[in-house]
Amino acid sequence: MSSMGVAVDERIKETSKLRKALIRPELGAIVGTIAVFSFFIIFAGDSGMFNAQGVLNWSTVSAQFMIIAVGACMLMIAGEFDLSVGSMIGFAGMSIALISVTLQWPVWIAILLTFVLCTAVGALNGIIVVRTGLPSFIVTLAFLFILRGFTIFFPQLIERRTIIGGISERAEGDWLAPLFGGKIGGGFFNWLADMELIGVFTRGTRMGEPIVNGIPMLIVWALGLMVVAHIVLTRTQFGNWIFAAGGDAQAARYVGVPVNRVKIQMFMFTAFCACVFATCQVMEFGSAGADRGLLKEFEAIIAVVIGGALLTGGYGSVIGAALGALIFGVVQQGLFFAGVESSLFRVFLGVILLFAVILNTYIRRIITGER
Amino acid sequence: MKTTIKTIAVSAVAATALMGASSAMAEGERYVLVSHAPDSDSWWNTIKNGLALAGEQMDVTVEYRNPPTGDLADMARIIEQAAASAPNGIITTLADPDVLSGPIRAAVESGIDVIIINSGTPDAARELGALMYVGQPEYDAGFAAGQRAAGDGISSFLCVNHYISSPSSTERCQGFADGLGVDLGNQMIDSGQDPSEIQNRVTAYLNSNPDTDAVLTLGPTSADPTILALEQIGLAGDIYFGTFDLGGDIVNAIRDGVIQWGIDQQPFLQAYLPVIVMTNYHRYGVLPGNNINSGPGFVTADALDLVAELAGEYR
Repeated sequence: MSSMGVAVDERIKETSKLRKALIRPELGAIVGTIAVFSFFIIFAGDSGMFNAQGVLNWSTVSAQFMIIAVGACMLMIAGEFDLSVGSMIGFAGMSIALISVTLQWPVWIAILLTFVLCTAVGALNGIIVVRTGLPSFIVTLAFLFILRGFTIFFPQLIERRTIIGGISERAEGDWLAPLFGGKIGGGFFNWLADMELIGVFTRGTRMGEPIVNGIPMLIVWALGLMVVAHIVLTRTQFGNWIFAAGGDAQAARYVGVPVNRVKIQMFMFTAFCACVFATCQVMEFGSAGADRGLLKEFEAIIAVVIGGALLTGGYGSVIGAALGALIFGVVQQGLFFAGVESSLFRVFLGVILLFAVILNTYIRRIITGER
Repeated sequence: MKTTIKTIAVSAVAATALMGASSAMAEGERYVLVSHAPDSDSWWNTIKNGLALAGEQMDVTVEYRNPPTGDLADMARIIEQAAASAPNGIITTLADPDVLSGPIRAAVESGIDVIIINSGTPDAARELGALMYVGQPEYDAGFAAGQRAAGDGISSFLCVNHYISSPSSTERCQGFADGLGVDLGNQMIDSGQDPSEIQNRVTAYLNSNPDTDAVLTLGPTSADPTILALEQIGLAGDIYFGTFDLGGDIVNAIRDGVIQWGIDQQPFLQAYLPVIVMTNYHRYGVLPGNNINSGPGFVTADALDLVAELAGEYR
């Protein structure tokens, strides 16, 4: 009928490229990352923050946040929270310590058993949430206390102390332990040191060796989890299910998405991430303490929110959460290098969080068109 | 968007102004003190004051760092971070050798001088290559207190442990029990850090164990609510009460006869002396040959006036 031929389908609304770029969940986090790095390059550029040792320091801290943020992000997109992450970190670490040091079982069995135990607790969290219909906020808050209580109680009961050491000695020669506590790329750093690009120890038993002698497996885990989670979320049917479960659970059920199963699996994944964090920490430091991981659940949620995920679920991105973790780590460590009083760190963090939420709300309004 | 950018710019300017205010750079040396204390622990205020005064007197830059929640793994990162900023010296506690000795050793090996304070032992400090240890050996202090209490006719006690995740806290209770010559058993409770929880747990314990001879607290965090608890159940001044560390309320209670003695480990010296020692070492190459015991010193009702005046600030 029309002489124009087959033009654009009238039902499809045109969106400009700029607008498309603006509604990406990571946008806030990308802007934030650039801003934070520029800030510290200007104010702390010559303070040691950007030498090899300094970079490794804030990368490690960011990687810690990233590991738990990836889990928290997937769960939050699926529409739920987990406040037991911090307690889970202490619990998992203590479990490894008790099994390997007190029971004298091989470290690899301790690690595997702990992973089974933690994901089982994650599943229990999820099952209670979907069966009772209670908010995950309440259910996981209960587990925050239950797990922390056990973490303090068992070592007190068995060993009469709350920090169990000696795991490094037990882990020597173990085949699984280096996967969490080891370092990779030692040769590369030796080469860097030979080229005088990074510093070397000037005395002691390690004289002449580079100060940074490898990338901790913690960082490898963080990047690995991020990549896998991102692919699952954006390239697979399961990823769509996660979005659907968090967006509108009832609508998702109508089209055949196994919402309950997806949510339970996300709780298990969050627990898995917390367990990775704990295992890396225990293998690196060689001891488990009852107060490890305190408040880490909020740090994970902060990273996810800075990264652009909505607290209501159904929207967000793993890359955003990872950038959120990076911002968090860089700000936390960077303020020290910039010489800011450490008590002001929280003020700064609060300000960043507030900006992130305001920006995210603005983005959501663009998407939904609400005024 | 424009307004957002504007607000970011404004806050960046504000942050810069704050930074200028807080980093009053002195000429010369820079020392970083890293503690294991969570933000909520008021006892460490004395450490901060001692550190600031030493920095002022020696005209050096001093910085205080701590893990906000008391998480020792976070503390290890803070030590690594401090080392990366290449200060002249690091002053740190050794709350858990497993966690902290790696970062401390790395700092020593990269050429930074380290002094161990507060937690830890002279032996551990020497093993790590630290210059010295400044502090109060915790078990010994608890043991001395236990012996003193035994001399006063005590045979059972309640140890109110508000920082159960720190091994040195348990060592104090254990030392006290050994000094008394009794088994620690269930005489130590995990009180938590919340004042009213501590108060109620002490009350509950003493009600269900009326034969308890004595109460031992490990610092102002647990001592202050314990004083209230004893007042409420009418045992203040009646039950034998000893405590570690000093604070305003503790000093008043010592004067009133509610607390028999406080064990002062003199935190002021733990922060003050390392700065003085290291500055002199770096400027003139002089270094004391021994470790320094800052405590234990028993504070009793005698000669309390100067202590009372400065409690919580420099004592």
